[in-house]
Amino acid sequence: MKKLLTGNDAVALAAKLARVQVISAYPITPQTQIVEKLSEMVLKKEFKAEYINVESEHSAISALAGAEATGARSFTATSSQGLALMHEVLFFMAGSRLPMVMGVVNRMVSAPLGIGCEYNDSMPQRDSGWIQFYVEDNQEVMDTILQAYKISENHQVLLPVMVCMDGLILSHTLSTVNVPDQSQVDHFLPSYAPLVKLDEKDPYVYGGVFAPGEQANILIKYEMEKAMQKAREVIVKVDQEFTEEFGRGYGGLLEKYRVEDAEYVLLTLGSMTSTCKSVVDNLRNEGKRVGLIKIRSFRPYPAEGIREALKNVSAVGVFDRSVSFGSGGPHYLEARAALFALNKPVINFIAGLGGKYVLPEGIVHMYAILEKKFKNEGMPDIFWIDLE
Amino acid sequence: MSIKDLPLEEYFNPGHTACQGCAAATLARMVGKIFGKNTALHIPACCLVVFGSTYPLAAWKIPMIFVAFENTGAVISGMKAGFRITGKEYMNVIGIAGDGGTADIGLQSLSAAAERNEDVIYICYDNEAYMNTGTQRSSATPFGAETTTTAIPGKLEFKKDVPAIIAAHHIPYVATASTGYIQDLVNKLEKMKGIKGFRYLHVHCPCPPGWKFESNLSVDIAKLAVDSGMWVLYEIENDVKKISKKLHSRIPVKNYLMAQGRFKHLTDGQIAIIQQNIDKAWKKISKEEVA
Repeated sequence: MKKLLTGNDAVALAAKLARVQVISAYPITPQTQIVEKLSEMVLKKEFKAEYINVESEHSAISALAGAEATGARSFTATSSQGLALMHEVLFFMAGSRLPMVMGVVNRMVSAPLGIGCEYNDSMPQRDSGWIQFYVEDNQEVMDTILQAYKISENHQVLLPVMVCMDGLILSHTLSTVNVPDQSQVDHFLPSYAPLVKLDEKDPYVYGGVFAPGEQANILIKYEMEKAMQKAREVIVKVDQEFTEEFGRGYGGLLEKYRVEDAEYVLLTLGSMTSTCKSVVDNLRNEGKRVGLIKIRSFRPYPAEGIREALKNVSAVGVFDRSVSFGSGGPHYLEARAALFALNKPVINFIAGLGGKYVLPEGIVHMYAILEKKFKNEGMPDIFWIDLE
Repeated sequence: MSIKDLPLEEYFNPGHTACQGCAAATLARMVGKIFGKNTALHIPACCLVVFGSTYPLAAWKIPMIFVAFENTGAVISGMKAGFRITGKEYMNVIGIAGDGGTADIGLQSLSAAAERNEDVIYICYDNEAYMNTGTQRSSATPFGAETTTTAIPGKLEFKKDVPAIIAAHHIPYVATASTGYIQDLVNKLEKMKGIKGFRYLHVHCPCPPGWKFESNLSVDIAKLAVDSGMWVLYEIENDVKKISKKLHSRIPVKNYLMAQGRFKHLTDGQIAIIQQNIDKAWKKISKEEVA
């Protein structure tokens, strides 16, 4: 059924459709409406779930660590400072191989204090062992949450998933979303079957202590890395299953847009992808051979996919809505490492910080810089689009 | 239940690596015996998580989870919610945390779980400092105690009264106990098992290396704390407070203090301050109802 939904509404509805059993969350702008909507749906008994009104994001994720360990499908959502406060427990969830899904509504981390969209909240969590998706629109956020449970709970993966959505730009903007039927979702997403859980009949210790130098320390990390590698296949497979069920898909790890004969390609993240697609169309009409690749899964990063797709291009631009001070943007570091063997110019475009819109003019500017860079190697590698 | 009738089954087994005379290990064993099989635990960063569950050994025969340090209240809330929604409401969910994890870093999460009246049990084993990292001051460390972060003349502030803070949440059950008085401890554990809602037990647990006394004296020291009136045994059921052990005569607190290395440096003046404090507290306690 088609509905006019904000991104936040879409996330809350997706959690309900996924039949999450335990929700624990704390309000923070611009995520608050997800918390409110879920609370309302649980109170009205629109679906059966436990809702824990915690006193902080640290407790929200901690409560879900406990809940998930009993074998209950869990959900939370947060933003910015809230995600930073959860940081410690993110590692526990991934290291204990507790699958769950969290909606992250991207927002800047202070200082300065603000609520604008930025990826400086989720990017620093990229080493925590969580799978990370960045979505383009409200339809994709809903669909990705449904996919995320299937990926996370796959016994060969068992890693938690963050579904990141642009704060305000998507979270607070209405757009048409095709809401799937519950019966279809149930067919696509079976109920959670935990591999191990807190069970009095078969007692386990979750998160025991490991002595320094203990070989199992390394094995646990190695198994996590293997699971993350395995997730690449599982993400693609789940997206295909999703397409079979619902008639739409997202290309798994990445989406290529007019890349085949392109000279200049941008690697995009999040909602600016849509703007970028229209810019690509316009520039194509002017005879420019440009394209884009939307990075949908940042963890695991689709290094092989972009390497394969960008073999014949002249120059690559990498979009970042966050900064790793002293080294450009985190996405740039990732992409540059992945593309090293191609020996092509890779340029970083830092744009849209603090909720500034990434407008078509800015994107046209990016493609122009790429063209110049290809012809003039002396140019710098990192551009702050809103300033330079 | 008389301690003679305690179940023979052990849920916290021998082979754990606690120090000799560790009162927290005694408490863990009693918790296992009283609550039995249908129980799941959260143990945050503390001595117990190390000596009870260091890979590849686990002393517990009941499921246990460690998540972090400051979040016991939250984790046990989530565990209970998870059990409830998966059809296992019968599970006893217990958090066992140290005094640092309770009075300091974990107080926020504990207070929130108490305020929500979660159907869980929170037990604080209070050995009055961060013993797992080698005796650093916590807010539960008593006045005058020497720790590695409160050098002689010892801690200048008084012990934070966590049970009173938790009682201010008006939950169904709050109690204090001591490993020196096992029957009282067992009675309280048993009573908690039969109550629904948030239950809090604060257990005074002597620590031989941290408090600096011989390990065979663990029970004696615990008793001295109670008999001197330094540690008061009581319970609060539905806001009604009852003293569990009324003292008709109290032994001088000096006897308790001087039995431990951490107080050896105290001057007569400091001891007098502690004694006056106890006397003042007992003036009020002597008027309170006895169980």
